[in-house]
Order: sequence, then C-alpha cells, then structure tokens
Amino acid sequence: MVKGYAGKFLEVDLTSGRLKDIRMDEETLRRCVGGRALAAEILWERLGDRWEEIDPLGEENILLVLTGPLTGYFPGMRICVSGKSPLTNGMVGSTVAGEFALELKCVGYDGVIVLGRSDKPVYIYIDDSGAEIRDAKHIWGKDAKQTVRILNKEVIEGLEKKRSRERMWREPGILYIGPAGENLVRIAAVLQKWTHACGYGGYGAVMGSKNLKAIVAKGTGPVPEAHDMNKVKEIIDKVTAACLEDDSMRRWGTGAGGYEVGVSTSSEPIRNWQEEWHDERSFGVDHFERRLWVKRYWGDYGCPTTCLKVSAILDGPFKGAITDNPDYELQAYLGTNLGIFEPEGNVYVAAKCDDLGLCGIQGGNVLGFTGELYQRGILTKEDIGFELRWGDAKAFAQLTEMIAKRKGIGDVLAEGTYRAALKIKEMKGIDVTKYAVCEKGEAIGAHGIRSGLDYPPIIAYACSVQGGDHTSVAGLAPARAPSELMWGFADSAVICAFNLKEEQYELAWEMLRAITGWNITVEEWNTTLGPRMLTIQRIMLLLGGPDLFWNPKTDDDNPPRFYEPLPSGPRAGCTINREEVTAEKRKYYESLGWDEYGVPKPETLKKLGLEKLESALERLKERIT
Amino acid sequence: MQIWIARDYAKCSGCRRCEVACSMYHEGKIWPEASRIRVFMLIPTVEIPHLCAQCDDAPCIANCPAGALTVNKETGAIVVDKEACTACGSCIEACPGRVPTIHPTEKYALICDLCGGDPQCVKVCQEGGYNALWITKSPYKSPSYKLYAKQPKDIVKDLAHRFYKDVAEELI
Repeated sequence: MVKGYAGKFLEVDLTSGRLKDIRMDEETLRRCVGGRALAAEILWERLGDRWEEIDPLGEENILLVLTGPLTGYFPGMRICVSGKSPLTNGMVGSTVAGEFALELKCVGYDGVIVLGRSDKPVYIYIDDSGAEIRDAKHIWGKDAKQTVRILNKEVIEGLEKKRSRERMWREPGILYIGPAGENLVRIAAVLQKWTHACGYGGYGAVMGSKNLKAIVAKGTGPVPEAHDMNKVKEIIDKVTAACLEDDSMRRWGTGAGGYEVGVSTSSEPIRNWQEEWHDERSFGVDHFERRLWVKRYWGDYGCPTTCLKVSAILDGPFKGAITDNPDYELQAYLGTNLGIFEPEGNVYVAAKCDDLGLCGIQGGNVLGFTGELYQRGILTKEDIGFELRWGDAKAFAQLTEMIAKRKGIGDVLAEGTYRAALKIKEMKGIDVTKYAVCEKGEAIGAHGIRSGLDYPPIIAYACSVQGGDHTSVAGLAPARAPSELMWGFADSAVICAFNLKEEQYELAWEMLRAITGWNITVEEWNTTLGPRMLTIQRIMLLLGGPDLFWNPKTDDDNPPRFYEPLPSGPRAGCTINREEVTAEKRKYYESLGWDEYGVPKPETLKKLGLEKLESALERLKERIT
Repeated sequence: MQIWIARDYAKCSGCRRCEVACSMYHEGKIWPEASRIRVFMLIPTVEIPHLCAQCDDAPCIANCPAGALTVNKETGAIVVDKEACTACGSCIEACPGRVPTIHPTEKYALICDLCGGDPQCVKVCQEGGYNALWITKSPYKSPSYKLYAKQPKDIVKDLAHRFYKDVAEELI
C-alpha cells in the first residue's frame, strides 16, 4: 500500500444507488499528490471529451471530495471539494477546514466520488462497518446549525444503539449544504461545523443538484501509516513552534484585516469596490474582541494556530447571530463592501450567510453589486422590495435570505454577480457588467490590486485558473506565494496555506517525502507536476460552457472597476496600467509553456505527458481564433 | 507524588492537539479514537476534553470482572492490565462519565495512565496557552475532582448556556 494514503476512494452513484471502492495506482497518486491536482486528473479522465456540454448542475457532473497525504499530519487540515464549477465552468479546487477529512481517513478512505443524481434528498453515511445512502427528507431545508445538530444526534444515537460497549460515541465529521445549495444557488458553499465554508467554485449548488444534503463519516482507525513517523513528528514539532510564534494570527486570526487592509494597504472592498481605503477605527478587531467574542481561540484538529474566534450577539436587534471571527474576507465583503463599519451589523450578515449556506465572498460581492445599482438608481425599491442603503445590515440580511431562497430579485442574484449582471442588463437595457467585480463568473477575493501594496500581482485574477480565487492568485514567483503553484500544492496536499508561511513551505515538502517515502521535490512540482495541474485546469476553463464561454483575448482581464483610479486614501489616483497587464500576462503564459493568449502549446502538452488533451486544443481553436 | 489533570472546558480551543500528543505517545500514530483523552464537540464551539478523573471510589475497578484495573500508587492513575482485560466494557458502564474506551483494534480498555506522571496532553495545552488542562498535585485534591467524571452531553448544556444564554436552546 502507498504510505500516507488509506488506499481507496468511495464511489457513489446516486442515480443507481450503487456504491463501490476504487483504487488509484501509485504513479497517479505520486503525479497528483491528492486533492486539487487529483481532481483535475479524475475530471478530465471522465468528463474531458465532452467538457463543454456538461451542465455543472446536471446529472453528469461529478462531485469530488478529496484529501491529500498531508491531511491529518500537517497542522491545519482541510478537504478539497471539486467538480465542474457552476461559476467558472472550469474546475476549481475549493478547500474547507474541519474534521470531516480526518474522519474520512480514519474510516479508510482518501476521498469520495459522487456521480449521478438522487431522485429524493439523501445523505451519504460512512463508518467502519460500511457506507450507505440515507434518506435526508428530515434535514432538507434545515439551516447550518440545525443540520449539524440533527445529524450529530442521529449518528451518535445509531452508533450507541449498535456499539455502546466499545465506547461512548462522539460526533462524526459532516460535510453539508444549507438551503442555498439545495435551491441551486450558484454562489452556495459546502460547509463543515457551523461556519467553515468553501465557496469558490459554487459546489454547494452541485451538491444540491444531486439532491445530496451531506456526507457524514465516523472512523475509528488511525491516520494512514507514514513511511518515517519519527521524521514526521519532528516536522510537526517544527511547524508547531513556528505557528505559535505568530502572535497576531493567533490572537486575532485574519480578523485583524478588516481594519488593516483598508488603512495600511488600501486594498479592501468598500461599497462594491468604489473605494479601497478606510481608516474606520470602529471596525478594529479590538471591538469585535471586546464586544462579541465568546471564544478567543477556536481551531480544527491538530492546528496550533487556532486563528478562529467565535462571535455571538445575545441581545438587541441582531440577537441570535453566531459566527466565527468573522475572518478578514467576511469582514470585508459583509462589512465594508456593504458600507457596514461596525461589528454587530457585520456579524449579523455573516451569520446569515453561514446559516443559509451561502458563500460569504460570493454573497458579499453580489450584495455590494446590488447596493451600487440601488445607489445609482438602476435598481429601485420596487425592484428589490425595500430600500437598500449602504450600511443597513438588516436590509442586506433580508436580501441574503431572498438570494438563498431564490425569492424576487434574489432569484436573479442567486446566479452570482456576473450572470446576474447579464440578466439585469437585459431587464434594464443598461450595461451593468462594468459594476461586476468578477473574474470568469466568480467574485474576486477581498484583496485589491490597484494600490500595489497588497500581495496579489496585477495578473493575479486575470490569469488564475480558479477565477477570482484569492487563494490561487497567478504570479511569476515560482515557489512561494503569490503563485498558483504554491497554492496548488497546498490544495493538493490538502492542508491550510496559513500554516505554510516562510520555511514551513519547505517543511511541508519534507513531510511529504517522510510520509510517502517518495523522492519528490518542490522543483519537480514547479517544473512538471504543478504546471500539469494548471494546464489541465486552464484547458477546462477555456473549454467552459455550456451557458458561458470565456475568450482569453478579452476575458483574461481585470474587472473594469480595477482600471478606475482609486478615489481616496494615500494611494488615491493609483490604477492598473493595461500595457503592463498585457506584458505580465505574456510572461506568465510563457513561463508555463502557453501561447500569447494562454492556450497551452502542443509541445507543452507533450512535455507534461498530457497528449490526451490534444483533441481539446482542436476544439479550442475553433472558438479562439 | 500523585497528580491529577484539572480542566476548564470553556477554555478548550477544540484544537485536539492533546489527542495527537496522546496517541503519538501511546500508539506511535495519530489516532483519535485510540487517544486516552477525547475532545467531544457535540455542539461546534463547545468543546469538552474528556478523560479519566481518577475517582477515589473508582467504580470501574470495583466493576471489572477480570480484576484488570488497579491504581498506580505513585501517580494515582488507573492502570489497565492488558493481558487480564477482556474488553468486556464493564468499566465503561460503571464510570459515571463513561470515560474508558475499548482500543479500536486491540482487545483491552484504554484509560488515561498520566503518561507515567508527565501527561503529554497537558504539555501541549499549556504550550498553546489555552490552560484548558493543567496538573494539580496532592495533597490538594478536592473531592469535587470526581465531578469531572460526567458525560459530555450533560456538560455541554451548561457551557452552551454560558456562551449563548437563551439562544443555546436552539443549538442543543
């Protein structure tokens, strides 16, 4: 057996109800490591021939839920969710933290491959006596907290009934969707616990389209055996020591960003990116900490950083709102981007998104977009049903509900910002796509590029194979952030990139060798394995379809807003230079062996062992001339 | 000198590095269900580290039909004789906190042995600065220590109310 892997994947066909174990050969595992790169390989193998025709929300799409060999060992565990994306029409490797990955590995699986579509709501249940498809009628429609509550109780009761002599049973790992995913909202996330979500890609809608509410696992085995456990332990200790040094991250998590990214790097979305600078001390993390935190440190299995904090509002008009931190992305997108500069309103809208299973980034982007259309009088009180003023948390939360439930204008917005902009353009006869801050159908993460002070380079989003994903930004630095190769490794080893700073990245590679026993290096990743993953993803993205197709000549570009000069702050007047973008793009494509428009060259496919993708180039040629 | 592991559930981060440390020390592996300390997360954010409380009256010892359990005089830990233990589960039933477990692959019960006097779980919890677990020493043992031997499903209600007041009702 290959060290570090459980050795099998569970394949579930929801149409036929058939379950089976499948295995991958060592060569494939070594080439892909796991997670994102493996997802690209599996998807191309099974859907590549007809990629353009596959409806992401149709029965033919495949949902992949994959761990990696470092998951469970390297501090900070995640699971990678993938498939054909209903946002980009390509493939996104979207990762979410939580113990589902641990339970899955402890039950003996490296991942779950879900095919087909069930005719009624179901969930997949896995424990060490086997896997089965269970009825989910009683949890369909339930929000995040209720879904977790009911499934925890039900699974523990079931195990107690059968196996109470072995132990008192505790909670399983649960990967699930909220009402937004059930309602095929394209910006729905896949969740764990109450608040952990992966929203890039829109895989909540893919689960919903399969009538799959959750995948639940409870294992009793160990994390799969490592090749050199002493070495692994030594590396865990080193990474732990480094994580414990990071005082700001431990104390405030990324939640310090709500103030910092505005004031120090002028790159925080404010009122749909009309501005990126603010100096609102009211939005400082210290206010969140003093007023709302009921838990100072909250983390997932094995993580020494515990960057999450729990906020709760227990009285007043926002009573009952509970969420983590919020982290920087949600502070920005569900705070400043909506003109909200105080903790309570931000926590209220963030908790609303979590509870409904909506991605906070995609959700906050479309809410801000709608806010700007209201500000400009393009959408009116009559269109929305109420007034939508900047800073009004109640109104934005109400609109969030309408999106998750596809009510009224929410039905249009549920398509995500870019597709909503196309629809509103038709409805109103006004080109509103210029207010859509998206990349290839997907909202851009809350790190602007106009000021030049934040980490993403000017081609970060325009060239990313994962659209607007701020955790997979394109850049020329080959080994470290900002680079898709670095993030692609984190998503393939399936670990948290926040614990990968500085020398920890090299330690992760050392750990990969210690776990698998392979002589595999970061150089091989940067020159062959990583580019191979990016090239497959790039071709999927360019093939796209069936509802939208991207033309790299026009669509490998920043959203129009990023070419407007910043209006305020110390970087006022800064903007992006188009010529520079074009020059950087060409350099970036060249570094990966792609042509001037980012279409992989035939010789590159050969070099990367991707000859099987040559037919795709023919198909692309017909469209991109 | 005898030691006890004291706990403050409200301070637990749920990082479960105590479990990692425990199973690495005893099993040489990362193995959550073979850990002698298990963090229960019946409600997310309300995490409860669960391990032997070393009760004075030790109902597990009295209930063991195989006579496999004894108290280590030096540390005060309940020690399982792996050879004598039949993995019958009587100790789990007898324990007011249902703390012991049966090893997932071997045929004996798992009970915290205090790592021979230097508990690894406490070390990592202290290193993280959480102070959810700490060591307390004789002769200061309070009779109330045995209240640690409670089932997480009972503890979780108290904590959820402390964190979330009346909102807790919808979460339990």
